[in-house]
Amino acid sequence: MNTNVAVDAQNVGKIYGIGNSAVTALGDVSLSIQKGEFFTLLGPSGCGKTTLLRCIAGFETPTSGAIHLSGRDITHTPPNARPVNTVFQSYALFPHLTVAQNVGFGLKMLGKPADEVTKSVARVLALVKLEEFADRFPQQLSGGQQQRVALARALAPEPEVLLLDEPLSALDLKLRKEMQSELKRLQTETGITFIFVTHDQEEALTMSDRIGVMSRGALLQVGTPHEIYENPADRFVADFIGETNFLEGTVADGKVRIGTGDVLDVALKVQTGAVTLAIRPEQVSIVPTGSGIAAKITETTYMGTDTHYTLALDDGSDIVARVQSNTTQAHKVGDAVAIRIGTVQVLQS
Amino acid sequence: MSKPSGQRSKGVNGWLLSTPALVLLLLAASGPLLIVAAYSVMEKGDYSGVRWVLSGEGWFRVLFERDIFDQTVSLADANLSIFWRSVKLSIATTLITFFLGLPTAWFIATRPASSRAFWLFLITIPFWTNLLIRTFAIMEVIRNQGILNTALMKSGLISEPIQILYTDTAVLIGMAYVYLPLMVLPLYAAVDRFDFKLIEAGYDLYASRWQILRRVILPIIKPGIIAGSILVFIPSLGAYVTPRVLGGGKNMMIGNFIELQFGQGQNWPLGAALSTVLLLVVLVSLVVYTRVSSRDNQDG
Amino acid sequence: MAKPRAFDVTTLPGFTFIAILSFVLLYAPIVTLVVYSFNGGNSVNQWGGFSLEWYVVAFNNAAVQDATMRSLIIALWAAVISTSVATLAALGTTRRGKFKGQTVIYIIINQPLMVPEIVTAVALLIFFSSVKLATGYSGLGYLILAHSAFCIPFAYLPIRARLEGMDTAMETAAADLYATPLQTFRYVTLPLLLPGVIAGAMLAFIISLDNVVITEFVKSAGQDTLPTYMLGQLRRALTPEVNAISTTLLALTIFILIAFALVTKKRN
Repeated sequence: MNTNVAVDAQNVGKIYGIGNSAVTALGDVSLSIQKGEFFTLLGPSGCGKTTLLRCIAGFETPTSGAIHLSGRDITHTPPNARPVNTVFQSYALFPHLTVAQNVGFGLKMLGKPADEVTKSVARVLALVKLEEFADRFPQQLSGGQQQRVALARALAPEPEVLLLDEPLSALDLKLRKEMQSELKRLQTETGITFIFVTHDQEEALTMSDRIGVMSRGALLQVGTPHEIYENPADRFVADFIGETNFLEGTVADGKVRIGTGDVLDVALKVQTGAVTLAIRPEQVSIVPTGSGIAAKITETTYMGTDTHYTLALDDGSDIVARVQSNTTQAHKVGDAVAIRIGTVQVLQS
Repeated sequence: MSKPSGQRSKGVNGWLLSTPALVLLLLAASGPLLIVAAYSVMEKGDYSGVRWVLSGEGWFRVLFERDIFDQTVSLADANLSIFWRSVKLSIATTLITFFLGLPTAWFIATRPASSRAFWLFLITIPFWTNLLIRTFAIMEVIRNQGILNTALMKSGLISEPIQILYTDTAVLIGMAYVYLPLMVLPLYAAVDRFDFKLIEAGYDLYASRWQILRRVILPIIKPGIIAGSILVFIPSLGAYVTPRVLGGGKNMMIGNFIELQFGQGQNWPLGAALSTVLLLVVLVSLVVYTRVSSRDNQDG
Repeated sequence: MAKPRAFDVTTLPGFTFIAILSFVLLYAPIVTLVVYSFNGGNSVNQWGGFSLEWYVVAFNNAAVQDATMRSLIIALWAAVISTSVATLAALGTTRRGKFKGQTVIYIIINQPLMVPEIVTAVALLIFFSSVKLATGYSGLGYLILAHSAFCIPFAYLPIRARLEGMDTAMETAAADLYATPLQTFRYVTLPLLLPGVIAGAMLAFIISLDNVVITEFVKSAGQDTLPTYMLGQLRRALTPEVNAISTTLLALTIFILIAFALVTKKRN
């Protein structure tokens, strides 16, 4: 077995209930996460990402398949015997313990001597810059500070893998941005494998080494943020990550013909049949009439740096273009224009 | 470990941990109720207690009596008047506490958050105060030389003290007094959950204050009203201390009537049958309550 | 002309008046009782000046001392027993998902709240009188047993409320941080539950201390508690002594309630 693999999930499935009322939360997921990697499980709520995380943490037992941690089978190991720690979505800080006691809890349970616990707690609190709050109670801290305590508490026992269950979802936007870079810094400094669960695609794109996109209990695509964004495996991934226009087309003679009859010049994986074209809004540019596909502006939304134009094509389909606000003259609703399309992803229909 | 076995262990743990409480309750609360039911179909003992012979006499005597001489059967008027008084006073108590309790609950729920706890606490003090003490307190007020009569006489409204104590009115006043907190608390819980934006919406749609109360507020807090009414009606029907102290032995309610049957030389099977009747009435009210409230929940 | 008033949607006509009236009606009798307990002179009808004389009489009355001791002993035992079993039951019936028979447990636990006291009292009279006959034992055990039983729902409710308000993630987090199930209970669940347990014990104590009906039926001769003693006094004339005892009990109740409020409020 590859010694660089931190977590290896093989055909993991999780079914709740039995018989007719059975619900499949996770269906046959296989996944390898490298040591020292910042790996993100991304998907809408109910996609199974949290279930997978809880299976790795030991709070849930998979109905099928196996999970290995650094080569050891931990599928049936209770959570308190796994060198894995979790940062909970609700933080789950113990309200009756001080910050220092919270952070030292895991080490104490592991039976570490008191002076060693004290030293580790101080070190970890320094790491998250909370030294002066050691004797406060969690309720006396702000949301962002509580978040850091939760992080410190999970890091203190120096786990092989740190699991983060949407830890930033309760923070406001500014704090969230701050914590994102903070998390990235901590991961680099500690070298611990991070498995991060989120439904926020932007968060996933900016922080991760690799992303696994999930939907309905299945893992749809695993790849670097760049791969996922530029080369989505299917319509769901393309739609979930960033904004995407979808146009229907047919392949004939090595070319794609869209509904308006216009022909696009794109790299093709298939030779014939119906396809879906995924086009990012920034790949659509507006040009004067006659120099592209004829379109009519039906809606404009000013977004600051960018302006979004919704355009209607002759066949009735809509397409959104994102154009930098300051470099173009503004178009008005009703203007007849033309569009040119840059990079296109061809997806099987 | 698969889910079903996990569920089973949950159940085992649940039952195991609850066992001490259940044993205690079955021994000293629920279990003996079955003995009461059994006693109600036994033959009356010579002095007290029962003879272990099946008999319908206890139940028969709940509503009927036999003439000592010619054994003719007639309705037991004394019993009927006690039942009627119990039901009448309990319904009246429920109504009075509702008309006082709803505005009180509303008042508390509309206080600023900072002082709400204080007003609520003012309700909880009487709620937890010994029922006997509260009955004494009301007795102090309504007795002939009490402050009510003294005040009325001093003001010249009356020249002779009004005899309230040891009348049905005294029992009614007393029960309304001691059970008022039982009405206010569930009503408060309902009003507290009430979304006051709905009133704004009602006014916006041209409703008058009265229409708001009738068409918006009351339907929404209905579960609280039912809960409060049950909480007042059940203990009123089974009241023992209040009618004994304020009714003065003459104005009996079912509770006192039951006690009477368990004295020396009295009729234990009849007392047991009466207790079972009371228990059944309570059971039926509770079933009706659960039906109504679960139906309301389903309606949304 | 009337001053234009801001239109307040939360006001309903007459509600505030009736509410204030309710508070006055609730407190006027209690205040009267308290005031009269400080009444000097022998008559309950005439104000004879402020005096603690009836408190002195009550405290020096051997029967009152006896009944007080008995009330406290029973209430303490009932609080300890009912809270212990209610804590276990609450741990068994909350936060572990539904299981078969859960409703049955709920009904049995809450049964003393639903059944009229007089019926329970009669039932216990019948049951215990035959046990007394069979065993010859007629000590305080019956009262302690009966009180422990009807105090269970009162102890159970705040403990359950506390448990339900506790994030299940607490125990999950403890397990994640290497705590064994026993350590989790010792270091996380129990300390967090403690305010609920104390609150439950206090309510059970008050409920036991206040009980009249069941005590009246279960007690053997010479086993008066404070409430049954006071009820017995009523057969004769109403005395200011009863007022003094009532006021003392009232003060104790309010004291416990304030302590209860402080204990349960601490959770945030």
